[in-house]
Amino acid sequence: MSLATRVRLKTSVSACVFMLATAANADPQGQKIYTQGGESPLAMACTTCHGANGLGTDSAGFPRLAGLPQGYLVKQLEDFGSGKRANAVMQPIASALSESEEQAVASYLSTMAVPAPAVDLAATGSVGGAAEKLVKQGDWSRNIPACVACHGVSDTGVGQSFPPLLGQSATYIAAQLNAWRSGTRKNDPNDLMGHIARSLTDAEIKDLSTYFASLSGGAKQ
Amino acid sequence: MNFPAKVLIAVVVAVPLLAAKTWYEERGMTPVAKAPSAAAGVADAHPDAGVAAAPAKPSGPLVFTPPQESELPDNAFGVLVREGRDIFVNTQKNAADYVGNGLNCTNCHLDQGRKAGSAPLWGAYGMYPAYRKKNNKVNTFAERMQGCFEFSMNGKAPASDSHVIKALSTYAYWLATTAPVGVDLPGRLYPVIPAPEKGYDLVKGKQIYADQCSICHGAEGQGQKSADTYVFPPLWGKDSYNWGAGMHRINTAAGFIKQNMPLGKGGSLTDAQAWDVAAYINSQERPQDPRLVDNSVEKTRKKYHEGDGVNLYGESVNGVILGQGIK
Repeated sequence: MSLATRVRLKTSVSACVFMLATAANADPQGQKIYTQGGESPLAMACTTCHGANGLGTDSAGFPRLAGLPQGYLVKQLEDFGSGKRANAVMQPIASALSESEEQAVASYLSTMAVPAPAVDLAATGSVGGAAEKLVKQGDWSRNIPACVACHGVSDTGVGQSFPPLLGQSATYIAAQLNAWRSGTRKNDPNDLMGHIARSLTDAEIKDLSTYFASLSGGAKQ
Repeated sequence: MNFPAKVLIAVVVAVPLLAAKTWYEERGMTPVAKAPSAAAGVADAHPDAGVAAAPAKPSGPLVFTPPQESELPDNAFGVLVREGRDIFVNTQKNAADYVGNGLNCTNCHLDQGRKAGSAPLWGAYGMYPAYRKKNNKVNTFAERMQGCFEFSMNGKAPASDSHVIKALSTYAYWLATTAPVGVDLPGRLYPVIPAPEKGYDLVKGKQIYADQCSICHGAEGQGQKSADTYVFPPLWGKDSYNWGAGMHRINTAAGFIKQNMPLGKGGSLTDAQAWDVAAYINSQERPQDPRLVDNSVEKTRKKYHEGDGVNLYGESVNGVILGQGIK
């Protein structure tokens, strides 16, 4: 058996164990909200747009939610509800969710399994194109840290404030970077993302979103 | 402000800058602006050696530009440079035997040891061998790096002829390509930040930490991991630098913080804020100074910490003597 096959086998075995483990811990109330909606009829089922597996709908730019940090998801729901993060679709839905419903659905989503990433975003090794350089090394001549310096190299993000970038579509990543840059999205702590996005060019945003999408393109099929 | 004072200030500012510019030009080096304009595209953000980028401000500080990876030769030298870089960036994995905490070289030497004002390797390489008060002898560059492993990495020094030291030296040598030897280049070390007139304030430092630092480094300075690997380095506690590391000096940490923190937002804190938060971080317990004398914090303080910049080793903070160490 080749090393690559062994590694893949090991990864898929641990992925199965992970899925079994998380299924057992899944938040039943959260699962119900995700698949059927909240108490209020305005709180539509998340699955409609974000998919049964929580991996999002790429073509429409609906993001992957599965495996995101619970704290991050709760904050986004709160900000959608309050209008701090402006989104016409999410605003009424988030407003209709109670605080405990937000916690429950975020808890459920954070334990939802995601396909194991097939890429290594570690900052060591050589980088190919400009996008890969920004992702792994940043561009300090413009004070742009590497994406992985905060978002990490895994597909689960870092802590409760830094969501994973792997597994998001090009549409979603480009839309968010543009929103950060233009200031229509500004619900980041201490302008941490805003100041980076404002330093990026149109071409870089396009390159970065394509790059991330290419890393996770096969995982959703 | 009266007219003569303005002239005096203009002269004081302009003369050293002009002198530095002339100095570089005479030696065929490449002065580039430290911060090219934000509008600059990727293409001109990393000029090839010998091509100066348009400075954002004509009077901006001039810094050395290390070579790009694309310029590395495809031979044994290029391989060793890359190995050195990979140790520098992921010391946890690539020099695990010599690391006793959760840090990587690049945590303090940002941008893979390339960033001016973040103790870049190109600034250090040509300054050794040099006498160091710290160990009262002339240190080679290899010995200087061994010190990093012993203190900042809270580990043990790799032998000077080991692969780790060889690879790191080669990487540093390459980054310093065309840099002069024995010259204190602009951007070397961390900037010196004047101490607040009334001294630092640990209470204010705690608040700054909570507002600006804890989101990444954690409420207790413990850092944050992803997939069992530190993404944000621990700033105190058992996985951070020990009491013998240069960063335990409040003045040194203030310089690093002012220049580089929060990550990507360097220069956003005031001098006083940088000092306050540096003091707060360095008023927390961390691994013992490996030079501990006779098991006595007081003896160690007297021998190694008294007069070593501004530091709190062996000092009493909130009724507790710091420097007990933590394992």
